[in-house]
Amino acid sequence: MKLLVEMRNTGRAQDMQALLASIPYARFLGVSAVRMGNEITTVLPFRDHLVGNPMLPAIHGGVIGAFLEMTATVQLLFDNQCERLPKTIDISIDYLRSGRPVETYGRAIVTRHGRRVANVRTEIWQEERGKPIAAAHGHYLLTPL
Amino acid sequence: MAGHLEETPHAAALGMKVERWGEQKCTLRVPYAEHLVGDPDTGVIHGGVITALLDNASGMSVRSDESSAERVSMATLDLRIDYMRPAAPGKDLLADAHCYRITTNVAFVRAVAYQDDPADPIATSVATFMLGTASAPRL
Repeated sequence: MKLLVEMRNTGRAQDMQALLASIPYARFLGVSAVRMGNEITTVLPFRDHLVGNPMLPAIHGGVIGAFLEMTATVQLLFDNQCERLPKTIDISIDYLRSGRPVETYGRAIVTRHGRRVANVRTEIWQEERGKPIAAAHGHYLLTPL
Repeated sequence: MAGHLEETPHAAALGMKVERWGEQKCTLRVPYAEHLVGDPDTGVIHGGVITALLDNASGMSVRSDESSAERVSMATLDLRIDYMRPAAPGKDLLADAHCYRITTNVAFVRAVAYQDDPADPIATSVATFMLGTASAPRL
């Protein structure tokens, strides 16, 4: 990916905020990233176009899935220099609570990091870290440098 | 029945349209659009769009007659997606969902996302939905 090369060449290989800003779909959802040490927390501010059920209101299940997937991808790219963006092989999502119209946060844990495949667990939450609204585990195909 | 998607803000934001709906089946379409791109180098649509499409089509297949659409409140329990290949840039995405079993409390759904041919899938999914859930958010 051209952007990944450019980020490496300008010493910004771990600038996940710049990466997200370059992905049209991440901009459309409004996803950003905060770094704390070697951990990335993703942030999804609430916006009206993310709603799936206007009666509750609740965030769309697809947005929750996309945010879980993006959280995993960003942590993998922070941990490793890759040639291309990781490709999702599969993802299994548990919906735990409805996503209320407030800011949502995400954190990924890489449970196994192989040369070509990574196993990643992801959790997203809103006001309370101990009450996740959704969790996922997925396999991602890597293209290490 | 097509009104359902217009009342779903995120489905409207993705440009989602109903192709077919009824008899426990639902086919939805998302037209290709620049703001849905996940890799700016290739123009390939982000996997998250496919997740949203499969989730929405799967849910609608459960409520495939108007009476149940009004009556049954439900929540996605889980959704498992296998990605077979990237979506070709510039082409619409479609998803066919089939609710193959409904019990008192749970609905079971299989779905496939594709572009030209359902036999050449981009992704396949299985989902379960809890029926008769509370209409207020779970805290």
